[in-house]
Amino acid sequence: MHIMEGFLPLLWAIMWYVVSIPFVLYGIMEIKKLFREHPEQKMILAVSGAFIFVLSSLKLPSVTGSSSQPTGTGVSSVLFGPAITSVMATIVLIFQAILLAHGGITTLGANVFSMGIAGPLIGWLAFKGMRSFKAGMIPSVFVAAVLADWVTYLVTSIQLALAYPGADIISSFTAFATVFAVTQVPLAIGEGIIMAIFFDFLLSNRPKMIREILKEKIGKASSETPGVAQ
Amino acid sequence: MSGEAKKSKLGLYLLGIIALIILFTVPFIISPGAEFGGADDGAGEVIVEMSPGYEPWFNSFWEPPGETESMLFALQAAIGAIIIGYVIGYLRGSSAQ
Repeated sequence: MHIMEGFLPLLWAIMWYVVSIPFVLYGIMEIKKLFREHPEQKMILAVSGAFIFVLSSLKLPSVTGSSSQPTGTGVSSVLFGPAITSVMATIVLIFQAILLAHGGITTLGANVFSMGIAGPLIGWLAFKGMRSFKAGMIPSVFVAAVLADWVTYLVTSIQLALAYPGADIISSFTAFATVFAVTQVPLAIGEGIIMAIFFDFLLSNRPKMIREILKEKIGKASSETPGVAQ
Repeated sequence: MSGEAKKSKLGLYLLGIIALIILFTVPFIISPGAEFGGADDGAGEVIVEMSPGYEPWFNSFWEPPGETESMLFALQAAIGAIIIGYVIGYLRGSSAQ
């Protein structure tokens, strides 16, 4: 989903910065608040961010014969929401744009929006939605992680279609989505599996803290994790 | 956690890991000759196709050579992996009590 440096017309580049910056700033405030009020959650935040670092550094082969990168934003979206996730995605994207010439400074706003905001937002909403329908914790995390990854690439396709509408915007979107959407399906599923396994680990080792972060009442959703409620 | 629950979890983990292995080996089986180029570059090609003559209006300050790029990607993964390993170890150790 890294839109390459210089490949967004100036107006769109500015537009996506304008949309993303308030979100990231809000996320920084949220992180400060979290550090002040719940310093014990720092480590969970760090490890959620670390997943974004690791997974977004992997160029994985896909069935379409091309390679693409997962986003790693699943756990962070589920636990801390899209605002905080956008801050960590921004750090990764700056690292990649400056050191790797992967993505770009001019396209940073757009890339932060797709990977750090849109994907995590949909993943987070899906998680909340599934939980309110009493879906199990691990299936909900799986779906959230798959969507956070996949939606990122759909949004990139929309961003490119808006900037390059060609003859008509729908066929332009289809052209970009052909590159991204199918390639990303197996990657998104793989990411969902990794996130689900990791989340299960967190839940068995820090059940209380995870529930606290999720603001779910302890015991309310304990049916699928018998014996781990402390 | 009871021993039985642990066992069923282990089975589920194994299933997940097997699924991961299948997911990422299948591409090589169904398209053995493919180059597995980056999808990002693929999108760049679509842009050039749609607006021929498009010149990126801004270029990266520097672009690392291929080998250096791999090193930096590995570094990025390593930073993340160190944190993940540290936290997993910490959580495991401290939850044992």
